Amino acid sequence: MTPPLAQYALRLGDDSLILGQRLSEWCGHAPALEVDLSLANVALDLIGQATYFLGVAGDVEAKGRDADRLAFTRDALDFSNCLLVEQPNGDFAQTIARQFLFSAFQELQLGALASSKDERLAAIADKAVKEVTYHKQLAGGWIVRLGDGTDESKQRVVAGLDWMWRFVDEMFDMDALDRKLLKDGVAVDKAALRPAWDARVDAVLSEATLARPAPRRPVLGGRAGHHSEHLGHLLSEMQFLQRAYPGATW
Amino acid sequence: MKDWALWEVFVRAKGGLSHRHAGSVHAADAKMALEHARDAYTRRMEGVSLWVVPSAQIVASDPADSGPLFEPAEDKIYRHPTFYSIPDHIKHI
Repeated sequence: MTPPLAQYALRLGDDSLILGQRLSEWCGHAPALEVDLSLANVALDLIGQATYFLGVAGDVEAKGRDADRLAFTRDALDFSNCLLVEQPNGDFAQTIARQFLFSAFQELQLGALASSKDERLAAIADKAVKEVTYHKQLAGGWIVRLGDGTDESKQRVVAGLDWMWRFVDEMFDMDALDRKLLKDGVAVDKAALRPAWDARVDAVLSEATLARPAPRRPVLGGRAGHHSEHLGHLLSEMQFLQRAYPGATW
Repeated sequence: MKDWALWEVFVRAKGGLSHRHAGSVHAADAKMALEHARDAYTRRMEGVSLWVVPSAQIVASDPADSGPLFEPAEDKIYRHPTFYSIPDHIKHI
C-alpha cells in the first residue's frame, strides 16, 4: 500500500501538474502576446511545483519512480488531482475563472502547509506560496476587468464561473487520508480555509460587480481517481511521448 | 486587445542602479501593464523594481532636429574633464 504521506504529496503535485498542463494549452493561442507570456509563466510555476511535490511522493513511496515517471506513466485512475483543475479551458474567461478559484484556494493551502511538520512539504510550500499569490492577483485582476467590462465579457465570465462552481467544494473536502495526516501535523485543515476563501472570492466578485454563483450540487471524486472524461484527453497528449518512446530523453 | 495602449517598461536591475528602458508592452490599464511588464521583462531575475509609463506621455525629440540639438556638442571636448591629471592615490575614477 502507498504510504499516506506519498499519497498526500501526490495530490498536491497532481493539482499543480494538471492545471499547469491545462494552462500550457494556451501557449501560442492567447488573446495577446503579453497574455500568452503571463499564462505560460503561471503554467511553468505550477509544473515546477509539481516536480517538487511528485519528487517527494516518489521518494516516500520508494518504488524507484521519480517525478517524471509519476507524471508520464500513471493512468487516469491513478491521478488524484481535484476535478476543478482538469476542466477544459473553454474561452479565456472560463480559464480565468478556474485559475482564480484555484489560486485563491492554493494560496491559503500553501500558506498553511508552510508550517507542516514534514520539512520537505513545508519548504516547497514556502517557496511556492509567493508564486501563487501572484497567480491570484493576476487572475483576480482579470475577473474584475471582465466582470466590470463589456456586456459580452461579463456574460462570458459569469458563464465561466458557473461552469467551475460545482467543483469548488471538493477543494475543501477532508477525507480519511487528510484527517489522518492532519492529526499527525503534516496535512492542512482544508475545511478550515473555507471562510477565508469565501471572503477573498466575495471581495473580488463584488469589485467585479458579479454575484456569487448560486450553490450547485458539489461534484467530488478526483482524490479517489474518479475523473471527468477531460482528464484522459489531457493525459493522452501530455504522456504521448513517454508512452510511445519509453525512457526517451533529450 | 487591438485598442490596448502601449506602455514603456523600465527595469531597475538592483538597488542603487537607475531604472533602464527594457522595452514595451500592450495593456488596457496600469495594473495590467505592470503585470505584463513583470511577466515579459523580469522572469529571468532581471529586476527588483519596475516602472511603466504610457508611451503617449513620452515627449521625444524630433530626429530632424538632431543637427541643432546634438552636433554642437561634438567639438566641445573641453566639457570632458580629461585635462586634469589624477593623483596616484585617488582610486575609482
